Amino acid sequence: MTAATVNAPASFSGPLTNDDVERIRRDFPVLDQLINGKPLVYLDNAATTQKPRPVIDAISNYYLHNNSNVHRGVHTLSQRATDDYEAGREAIRRFINAPDSSEIIYVRGTTEGLNLVASSYGRKFFRAGDEVIITGMEHHSNIVPWQILGKEIGIRLRVIPFNDQGELLMDEYESMLNERTRLVSVVHQSNALGTINPVSSIVELAHARGIPVMVDAAQSIPHLPIDVQAMGADFLTFSGHKMYGPTGIGVLWGRADLLNDMPPYQSGGEMIRSVTYEETIYSVIPHKFEAGTPDIAGAIGLGAAVEYLEAIGMDRIAAYEQALMRYGAERLAATEGVRLIGTAENRGGILSFYMESAHAHDIGTILDAEGIAVRTGHHCAQPVMARYEIPATVRASLSFYNTTEEIDTLIKGIDRVIEVFG
Amino acid sequence: MASDLSDLYQEILLEHNRRPRNFRTLEDATHHADGFNPLCGDEISLQLRLDEDTVGDVGFQGHGCAISRASASLLTQAVKGASSEDAMAMFNEFHRMLTEPEAELNYDLLGDLEMLAGVIAYPTRIKCAVLAWHTLKAAMDGEGIATTE
Ligand SMILES: Cc1ncc(COP(=O)(O)O)c(C=O)c1O
Repeated sequence: MTAATVNAPASFSGPLTNDDVERIRRDFPVLDQLINGKPLVYLDNAATTQKPRPVIDAISNYYLHNNSNVHRGVHTLSQRATDDYEAGREAIRRFINAPDSSEIIYVRGTTEGLNLVASSYGRKFFRAGDEVIITGMEHHSNIVPWQILGKEIGIRLRVIPFNDQGELLMDEYESMLNERTRLVSVVHQSNALGTINPVSSIVELAHARGIPVMVDAAQSIPHLPIDVQAMGADFLTFSGHKMYGPTGIGVLWGRADLLNDMPPYQSGGEMIRSVTYEETIYSVIPHKFEAGTPDIAGAIGLGAAVEYLEAIGMDRIAAYEQALMRYGAERLAATEGVRLIGTAENRGGILSFYMESAHAHDIGTILDAEGIAVRTGHHCAQPVMARYEIPATVRASLSFYNTTEEIDTLIKGIDRVIEVFG
Repeated sequence: MASDLSDLYQEILLEHNRRPRNFRTLEDATHHADGFNPLCGDEISLQLRLDEDTVGDVGFQGHGCAISRASASLLTQAVKGASSEDAMAMFNEFHRMLTEPEAELNYDLLGDLEMLAGVIAYPTRIKCAVLAWHTLKAAMDGEGIATTE
């Protein structure tokens, strides 16, 4: 980092203690405020996470000292901006243990990562009658791009069902794989249910038949250590804003051999090696997929977010959030009239619930009056709601900056709902 | 800044939510529309029978939050027997009540709809309160579908 006045993240050892979490909370300025006269309890982390000081500083540092376009100028500022932008890419490579940083493609977020693969890989390699397998718990962003492609070229979408707990029926999955299957595209951690899907087993079964696998890691990357080589996936995509980085930036990682075979997704500047009116020669990866001036500040901010997470340690984060989730699930299960939706054995920090007596939207308003931020609705996963025959859930989604006291406040908020609605 | 919750969730509103009036399908509907609030998944299906230009009967079905259900229930009571022009005047006044803080309102026209006045302090909930009214308008205009987006 150049011209830095940027706070370095603190370091940690052993499991996260209450003191550690107190220290971490001080890194997040937004947490320190009153909402409707009550201390903010931010439990909407699956929608977007808050940003720690080092991320905010990295972004403002860029605009204060280094703002310039990347890969263009010979001047000093452009060099600094390019260095920091590419340093972000390298930080992300390390974070997911990708073999090479040229496989890290900056996109706007998970939605764009999925659309890129559907549009570029799908259009090139799928033919009428081919099949794409997804799970029954996808975010709409891993459904609609395939449907659109399906209409266009006649591919068929197959959906792996799940049981009442929210666990995939792996036998059904295995029986779906066939010679027409061109891609398996699955969510790693469900945003509606919290289920952590057995991605390595999904990959193993697909690879046994030579079928590539794409992973939507939007909800897993902020909470679990991810090693794309150990996982064995072929594509993986995630959003910066759900992992303590800024909005407008995300990543598509893909195996170099696949990316090299794919046509560009958008065209313009940056992605071109040479242009004449007769012919254009595309750049190599990653630039081939990064047409136009990118979100430079976003990439730098995302790099800082990754370093922040590494400083705490993903194992430590996963263990802390797991304990917090179990505590929350226990307290919710013990609350009269509350039904937890998503009780898979292997799941992350998502507490989705339903109350017969009150609609999710009303619960959200009552909790907001108590300073508690939760998401209410279908979470862009309407087929999941349909599976449970409910219109909407309330979702409290956790981060390492949340505490058991905040879970207790949530339970008190629900008591208030019960007072109003019975 | 949200005001006191009890201004929003008045007992009578909660009662309409628990036991909505005219929560039924009509056998002899002349007009109907479906309303959606894509943000929260609320859905209502509203039917009415216009006798000449008077709302002879009206009913609704569907699911949604307490605000949208109570609002639909109150709507059915308010517009039954009204001319379509009066019904739209009520909608207009109702909308002003929820969006214009210092408005001079015609409380005679609003009648029981005033019960929802507290929604003005909860901007995210205004769409819930107006869903049924948009749906009524769509039904009267022969449009079939209304959304709050
Ligand atoms: C599982 C999952 N996939 C994809 C997305 C879409 O992410 P974005 O809106 O950042 O593109 C989300 C966001 O809610 C998600 O939870």
